[in-house]
Amino acid sequence: MSQGPADTVKRVTGTGIPVRGDDIDTDQIIPARFLKVVTFDGLGQFAFFDQRFDDNDEPLEHPFNEDRFQGASVLAVNANFGCGSSREHAPQALMRWGIDAIVGESFADIFAGNCLALGIPTVVADHDTVTDLQDFIDENPDAEVDVDIENETVTFGDRTVDVEVDDAQHTALVEGVWDTTALLKSNADAVEETARSLPYTDV
Amino acid sequence: MSNGTLYDKVYDRHTVTTLPTGQDQLFVGLHLVHEVTSPQAFGMLEERDLEVAYPERTHATVDHIVPTGNRDRPYADDAAEEMLSKLEENVRDAGIEFSHPGTGDQGIVHVVGPEQGLTQPGMTVVCGDSHTATHGAFGALAFGIGTSQIRDVLATGTVAMEKAKVRQVRVEGELGDGVSAKDVILEVIRRLGTDGGAGYVYEYAGSAIESLSMEGRMSICNMSIEGGARAGYVNPDEKTYDWLRETDAFADDPERFAELKPYWESVRSDDDAEYDDVVTIDASELEPVVTWGTTPAQGVGVTQPIPEPEDCHSPETARQAQEHVGVSPGETMEGYPVDVAFLGSCTNARLRDLRRAAAVVRGREVADGVRALVVPGSQRVQAAAEAEGLDEVFRDAGFEWRDPGCSMCLAMNDDQLDGDEVCASSSNRNFVGRQGSTEGRTLLMNPKMVAAAAVTGEVTDVRAIPEVTTA
Repeated sequence: MSQGPADTVKRVTGTGIPVRGDDIDTDQIIPARFLKVVTFDGLGQFAFFDQRFDDNDEPLEHPFNEDRFQGASVLAVNANFGCGSSREHAPQALMRWGIDAIVGESFADIFAGNCLALGIPTVVADHDTVTDLQDFIDENPDAEVDVDIENETVTFGDRTVDVEVDDAQHTALVEGVWDTTALLKSNADAVEETARSLPYTDV
Repeated sequence: MSNGTLYDKVYDRHTVTTLPTGQDQLFVGLHLVHEVTSPQAFGMLEERDLEVAYPERTHATVDHIVPTGNRDRPYADDAAEEMLSKLEENVRDAGIEFSHPGTGDQGIVHVVGPEQGLTQPGMTVVCGDSHTATHGAFGALAFGIGTSQIRDVLATGTVAMEKAKVRQVRVEGELGDGVSAKDVILEVIRRLGTDGGAGYVYEYAGSAIESLSMEGRMSICNMSIEGGARAGYVNPDEKTYDWLRETDAFADDPERFAELKPYWESVRSDDDAEYDDVVTIDASELEPVVTWGTTPAQGVGVTQPIPEPEDCHSPETARQAQEHVGVSPGETMEGYPVDVAFLGSCTNARLRDLRRAAAVVRGREVADGVRALVVPGSQRVQAAAEAEGLDEVFRDAGFEWRDPGCSMCLAMNDDQLDGDEVCASSSNRNFVGRQGSTEGRTLLMNPKMVAAAAVTGEVTDVRAIPEVTTA
């Protein structure tokens, strides 16, 4: 694992996979029973598990089960994706399945923060644009989708659309400072000073 | 941009510096740790050869995976045993205080912090748990973080954050009989949506909020995240200070209390504070709320008709939810049969919640075919409830009286729904599969409504059930 500064993430290019629906919570992305682990290793196989398999582990219809979407790295989702539990296991599972970037109508705050901590961009576009992208991927599962974080665009087919990347996320990814531990650690003296200035700390 | 709010003041006091990303580096006053989201963070620290920077500002407990029945070690579930063992090892190595079951202080992390006085006004509180907003009830800035951020907090005592906007949610007027804090927050989420709070912190204010107990305020702040707000808070007042005075932190140290009180008072939002948005709700219009769907925003007053999907925030999601739960627009939730009644979770498993539910249960029996369980929020809540005989009230009625933990709120232990069972639940999430069965159905409601459903076997307007008071 890197000691930071992290790698820069200026663009992600790869085939896409659409997962449609609003309010897809992190319990859907990874059910709680798969959280009984002390590492994140191997979580990729459990992404969307209960949407992908029935009680007898028979496969259900879900994009993550479809052959044509295997190997995809750009996930296209709708509104309030990743709401609910703060479990980082959710973006960890997506990342370990192969997702390197997510394009959506909106993301829950904690989920987006967790993605950033892993270097996964969560870029935002309006409903019609996201729907167009999802339809495009459905019809062209082998086509590349290009997520340009630096210039805040997504290109699919012959279309290039503007997307929004949160300012802090933009800087963190483009300049490779999304793994914040070393950066925060480097201010240890100032941290101590802040701690001392607070009435409730006994230092 | 907000100005002069508690959020602004606490945020500014804890800002160490602004980072090159434009984010702020915030000092963390209290870091709460549990067994599910922390082991990987401790692992990353080890990989990077880093130590825990502020063990004295860190406190651990075990809640998500603990069994609520047989707690003999090793636990029957190997994975649960491994997680607890890992936490024991990590806190021992780092010198972190641990409210484990042997101390009598164990419980759900958001019950433990406030009851020990660890949570205080004007503090920043973080935990790898989205319901950390609970601690905002004390005028703390409290929010959930992910595991990589836990690593940051462990290693540096700080976290990188972006400043949020502040929405004041004013709840004015008097709550009717049988209407509780839970109903207020379910209504807030219904009106503002599951993502209405994205990018915001919620300040709960107004006469109805001020009149609530600390437990009620915790129930409200707890569910801020279900409305998309990462944090929610109530300005501290005499009720807050009365609670704190009795806690471990101050019971034997009145001087410390007197020393800190001016700071607590100073962080209250100014009378002329500016907010990014203000929403007002009339408390007198509310009735007990029951969810009919699969998001906490899909709730309805118990006597009110379930809405048409087209009238909902997200029609397609609403349609799927109604199909999953098996309800139709125009019906009410009253009379909907239940199989399980769950009284527990960080939302509603404190002493006052259990007392209120017990008042409904007293002298009655759990309906035939209903499995009812009470899972107190902490060992202290459990002991206090037992001291006043609440366990007997519940047991006599046919409830199971369990040991503390998250239990059936998220089904990481054996407490789970089976098949398409319907659960009247005092917890916070009705997501598909949340209670351990993908066909299971969760109806969120306040604790008295859960008690009423347990004894009648169906969703029942608790206002119609006379409480038996002890003479």
